[in-house]
Amino acid sequence: MTAWLDLVLTLLSWSLLLCGAFFFIAGTVGLLRFPDIYCRLHAVTKADTLGLGLLLPGLALQADSPDRLGTLLLVWLLVMGSGATACQMLARYARETEAPVDDP
Amino acid sequence: MIHEWLLDGSLALLILTLAVAVLYVRSLYASIVLFIAFGLLLALIWARLGAPDLALAEAAIGAGLTGTLLLAALGRTPVSQRAEPAFSGARQYVRSGPAVVLSLLIFWILLQAVLPLPEQSSAVVRAAEQHLDAAGVAHPVTAVLLNFRAWDTLLELLVLLLAFMAVRQLLPSLPRAPEAWPLLLGWSCLLAPLIILIGGYLLWRGSSDPGGAFQAGALLAAGAILLRLTDLLPAMGWHHAWVRLLVLGGCAFFLLVGLFTHWLGAGFLAYPEGWAGPLIILIEVAATLSIAITLTLLVIGETREVRG
Repeated sequence: MTAWLDLVLTLLSWSLLLCGAFFFIAGTVGLLRFPDIYCRLHAVTKADTLGLGLLLPGLALQADSPDRLGTLLLVWLLVMGSGATACQMLARYARETEAPVDDP
Repeated sequence: MIHEWLLDGSLALLILTLAVAVLYVRSLYASIVLFIAFGLLLALIWARLGAPDLALAEAAIGAGLTGTLLLAALGRTPVSQRAEPAFSGARQYVRSGPAVVLSLLIFWILLQAVLPLPEQSSAVVRAAEQHLDAAGVAHPVTAVLLNFRAWDTLLELLVLLLAFMAVRQLLPSLPRAPEAWPLLLGWSCLLAPLIILIGGYLLWRGSSDPGGAFQAGALLAAGAILLRLTDLLPAMGWHHAWVRLLVLGGCAFFLLVGLFTHWLGAGFLAYPEGWAGPLIILIEVAATLSIAITLTLLVIGETREVRG
């Protein structure tokens, strides 16, 4: 029973990790290829939110102690907070300094 | 085995690429941003090499604070005076020739020093480990920094003080920061207690595990700079008595301990038996506060300078 559970947990963990890695790669490609700062911020923050949001549960499934879980949770909250703040600042700075983008 | 080589190999390649990019990128701003990335990667490499003390210091001071200092310097430079580096022509290569030769020479010397390390445990390491019980702290790095070689740390603090005094002579002041946006204000308010908590933890942990005064001081300084830039902290400058007290406190307390132990007869900075632990903690607390305030003032400058 435990061996079976272990297998399921490992598989689940690795699929979460791979999905997270996919979003990081997609975000990086977006950062490199998208035309302006707003699209790029969109790509990067999705990578942060979804990529990290999938990586951390994946790592949490492999964690062997509760304090490891606490550390992962703290990392997640801090990166989410700083990522959102930095993105908002960059976007707002760009909007206030550059010429306005054409609204369709 | 293979994945470890993959990780180490990509780290080595990345850091070399970043180093070249820092030197040759066109805009100064991009160069600074790349330098910060370089510092973070270097911290990762130190951690990978099993040197968490260095990794912490590199991340906090090398990447974080040096990067902030560079950005602050760039912010103070008028756009017209920013000489963007221009690399063109063969003269550039001729001029960089001696630098390349010198770098290779230094690389060779460093290689000579580093390569024998894994094979022989040096006499210094053995001596440090033998006397660790009497050092007053359980972490060997802290024991070396604040007991066996306390001199070096005292001199480091003096260097920091000297640098601060030199910067003060230039009377830099940061152009007034624009009004902080609500999201940044809220996030800073959330971060502030966490930074104080982690700073205190790093300081306390230094006696048994990686951490210590410089790392804690750098972290506290980062928090103070964030709060100052968002106008959540009042202006601070040399004209405040408490700033002077804290900045000078680190060196002064360290020197007083040295003189006191000398007076006791044990010798300069040779702690009497049983006193090492508490004295080291006290010195670290004074040093942390001093480093934090000094680094903060180095970045944000004096907001109100009394000019003669």
